[in-house]
Amino acid sequence: MGHLIDIFVRSIFVENMILAYFLGMCSFLALSKKVDTAFGLGMAVVFVLGITCPLNYLIFNFLLKDGALATGVDLSFLNFLCFIAVIASTVQLVEMLLDRFFPPLYNSLGIFLPLITVNCSILGGSLFMVERNYNFLESTAFGFGSGVGFFLAIVALAGIRNKLRYSNIPPGLRGLGITFILTGLMALGFQCFSSVSLLVP
Amino acid sequence: MPAINKIVLDPLSDNNPITVQMLGICSALAVTAQLPTAFTMSIAVTLVLCASNTIISLLRNVIPPKIRMIVQMVVIASLVILVDQCLKAFAYEISKQLSVFVGLIITNCIVMGRAEAFAMANPPKESFLDGLGNGLGYSAILIIVAFVRELLGAGSLFGKQVLPDSYPGNGLMVIAPGAFVIIGLLIWLQRSITKKYEEA
Repeated sequence: MGHLIDIFVRSIFVENMILAYFLGMCSFLALSKKVDTAFGLGMAVVFVLGITCPLNYLIFNFLLKDGALATGVDLSFLNFLCFIAVIASTVQLVEMLLDRFFPPLYNSLGIFLPLITVNCSILGGSLFMVERNYNFLESTAFGFGSGVGFFLAIVALAGIRNKLRYSNIPPGLRGLGITFILTGLMALGFQCFSSVSLLVP
Repeated sequence: MPAINKIVLDPLSDNNPITVQMLGICSALAVTAQLPTAFTMSIAVTLVLCASNTIISLLRNVIPPKIRMIVQMVVIASLVILVDQCLKAFAYEISKQLSVFVGLIITNCIVMGRAEAFAMANPPKESFLDGLGNGLGYSAILIIVAFVRELLGAGSLFGKQVLPDSYPGNGLMVIAPGAFVIIGLLIWLQRSITKKYEEA
């Protein structure tokens, strides 16, 4: 149990998708102008990452892995294709389910759900999960943790950018430039978590 | 020929995929701690971009508009699998270092973005050149960032020591925050030269 919590906390703070691995930068930069939209996107990412990570774990281990389907059959080279298909269909499915059962949440997430398919952090989560040989529970904890890490980072950046509106920035740095430098400073802040570990050696 | 020149040269600076279009930033930062990885990544992305643009442009009249995203994804994913297998066969060390980032070319917004914005509406030859131009624009930024990071971070270029041994190495350049700050400064430099400013 402690092990799972450790993976969860590490994926939020130490191995943050955005600030340590640069995944999901595109939507991170494009949609962090307002806190509301950042909140919506963050929630959607937590949701989808938390579902696709364990789902892809099952697909990889029971279909694609060397000898999983039949002895001598190694389909692991198909992993990119399968993962992206799983992600695209999960997003579609989640969208329909939310629309049917939780309309308020669906309305608040709005256009962000379909955009998530091409968010690098989702595919990255699945690929990291394979590379690090997580088991089922670990990949669930990792998926949720990474989602929460993304959520935290994007909401924090949106808050800072909100304040920036009133500051006098050199013209060349306005917009994208200053956002990058801000993210750099945030990443520097998150570096101080790097020695955090909940496991007693 | 001016039109063709424009297609290739425009993305190099005025319409650069990373600094102006804001596409494909994810992988641009992660692989730039050293020059060799940045170089391999640039070649891989340029190849995928040229091929996917050409294929999608050839298919553009056959693809039903409703499922075009899925078709594009399948084309791109198959190309990336090819590149990944080639890297594993011929450059295993580097493919280990790039780890998941080769796979992430699939979700690299440049590939998808150019397929959607250019290849769906233009003939194969122009689409190929557009892919080439955007690939080169992407590579240019990647290599500049990697050059600065490896030089200042480890005092070396392509793994060879360039600065004197007494240079202590700047750890900040090797870790994530350094990459963000360098790209930020690069954008500042570029915008100050081209004088194209963004409203904050």
